[in-house]
Amino acid sequence: MAVYRRTYQGYSGPLTPPRRRWMVITRQALAGLLESRFMLLFLAGCLVWPGICAALIYLRHNSGALELLRLSLDKLIPIDGSFFYRFMDVQGVLAFLLAALAAPGLISPDLTNNAMPLYLARPLSRGEYVTGKMAVLAILLSAITWIPGLLLFGLQAGLEGGQWLRENLWIAWGLAAGSWVWILTLSLLGLALSAWVKWRVLAGALLLGIFFAAAGFGQAVNQALDTRLGDLINLGRVVQRVWAGLFRQGELDAVAAQSAWLVLVAVWALSLRLLAAKVRACEVERS
Amino acid sequence: MADTPVIELENLEVRLGGRLILKDLNAALPGGAVGLLGPNGAGKSTLIHTLMGFFAPSRGAARIFGHDVRRAGREVRALTGYMPENDSFIAGMSAVSFVRYMAELAGLPPRAALERAHEALFYVGLGEARYRKLEEYSQGMKQLARLAQAIAHGPRLLILDEPTNGLDPPARQRMIRLIRGLREEGRIHLLLCSHLLRDVEECCQQVLILKEGRIVEYCNLEEERRLNRRFLEMEAEGDGAAFAEAAHRLGCECALVQERTLKLVLPEGVEIRDLYRLGAEHRLRIRRLSYRRDSLEDIFLKAMEDGRGGI
Repeated sequence: MAVYRRTYQGYSGPLTPPRRRWMVITRQALAGLLESRFMLLFLAGCLVWPGICAALIYLRHNSGALELLRLSLDKLIPIDGSFFYRFMDVQGVLAFLLAALAAPGLISPDLTNNAMPLYLARPLSRGEYVTGKMAVLAILLSAITWIPGLLLFGLQAGLEGGQWLRENLWIAWGLAAGSWVWILTLSLLGLALSAWVKWRVLAGALLLGIFFAAAGFGQAVNQALDTRLGDLINLGRVVQRVWAGLFRQGELDAVAAQSAWLVLVAVWALSLRLLAAKVRACEVERS
Repeated sequence: MADTPVIELENLEVRLGGRLILKDLNAALPGGAVGLLGPNGAGKSTLIHTLMGFFAPSRGAARIFGHDVRRAGREVRALTGYMPENDSFIAGMSAVSFVRYMAELAGLPPRAALERAHEALFYVGLGEARYRKLEEYSQGMKQLARLAQAIAHGPRLLILDEPTNGLDPPARQRMIRLIRGLREEGRIHLLLCSHLLRDVEECCQQVLILKEGRIVEYCNLEEERRLNRRFLEMEAEGDGAAFAEAAHRLGCECALVQERTLKLVLPEGVEIRDLYRLGAEHRLRIRRLSYRRDSLEDIFLKAMEDGRGGI
């Protein structure tokens, strides 16, 4: 319709597949986040440690470089489950900070500006809305966890050969599964807080608080009751236990693996419950 | 499908927070522009939200173009445009990005969505301001942007929830003009929810009145207006009785209510000029002649008083 003809016209053109429309939300939110220069710098900073790890792997397989740096092979850390566990440990902390930075701004502005009826008046479900927002965090956190992790694994496998790859495929599984457990936990918790706390700075602070305060509280419970049950409140510790299992690191056995998984599932369920309560087109007043 | 009502309510009940808000609503609205009226708390917004699928009926069913709003909510929302009552917008966006985003969520491919966003913003009169951030818009401009997002994807039914809320008189007039324009083009059905009788009177052909969660009146305003044009009240000097008798012979129902006041109902085929001719023949000087003006306000007040059943 030409702009000078001010008449209303229906639309009869092609439509996008209904099940993929949540991706529009992801694209829009991601573009909004990446407009921030600080966010871009932070993301770049998150790739420093994977870069160092890549250099270490390369160095281990380059005798010329080792000679040049006057290093012996036995002085370098071995590239095994423990190496990738350390990689995940550092990237996990960075992923947590990234989630605290990005998650609060995803849902709270929509609730503050009464935008939910606008979204849900489209052929879009509440689940798809949350999926669209969650995918933003999944993409950002993936970019600094399992994607560089698997690239490092591929680099090591490429330099070491097929035998090493076959013997250490479980590390790749550990990288992918461990990352996704963390991504899921941070995304759900971050979105739930974003839905409940309208002030985004406070929502970010609360996410940090949940981890640090819970760690302190868990420690206090451990000391007061002379037990290790307090570790179940410490989410960081719980995830570390899950990772330790995935990367076959036996020393962190403070919390039984099953209990750790149960705690994580409970956190996911609680976060989903909180999201379901808030992500609605309209609030219902209880009589 | 040609005879399928645009909106159909069948024993519809909606319970929210333990309270029964909509009670046994039955209606089959044929389309056009329907006004949804009622005092505060009558259930207007709840009905709209139920039609949009935001609330699930606790009993009965609601259908739009034959699609059940609960079971086929996605189809219903694809055919519907919704302009919410509240100050709703998406932060940090220009009007054109906002409308494009909403159109894409409705299923339009990115390019078509952008094209339609420009068109919709020009249509509502925000063409020159379409690159400005929504936060910088006045209340009236925000309302227009919300109207643009509701029509950008080309819906067949447009639901407007209090579209003139918070607007100053010029902005209200502009909004009313747009809604009437949409109605007159006839490509879209309208459901306009308002507590302002004037808005409904100016924009709608039919009106559905709710009171305490029940339908108390449904009337066709066009029909009412047409009928009202047949009712006349006349003040005249001269032989009223002879005139009344002559008017009877012409087929009019006529009553002399006071010495100088007559009330008449014109049959089909009899026009006002015939009355003037009759008056001249009987040397009756007609001083004042007016149509009965049974306004929407009268209809509304009557409905509030006697609260009749559904339609």
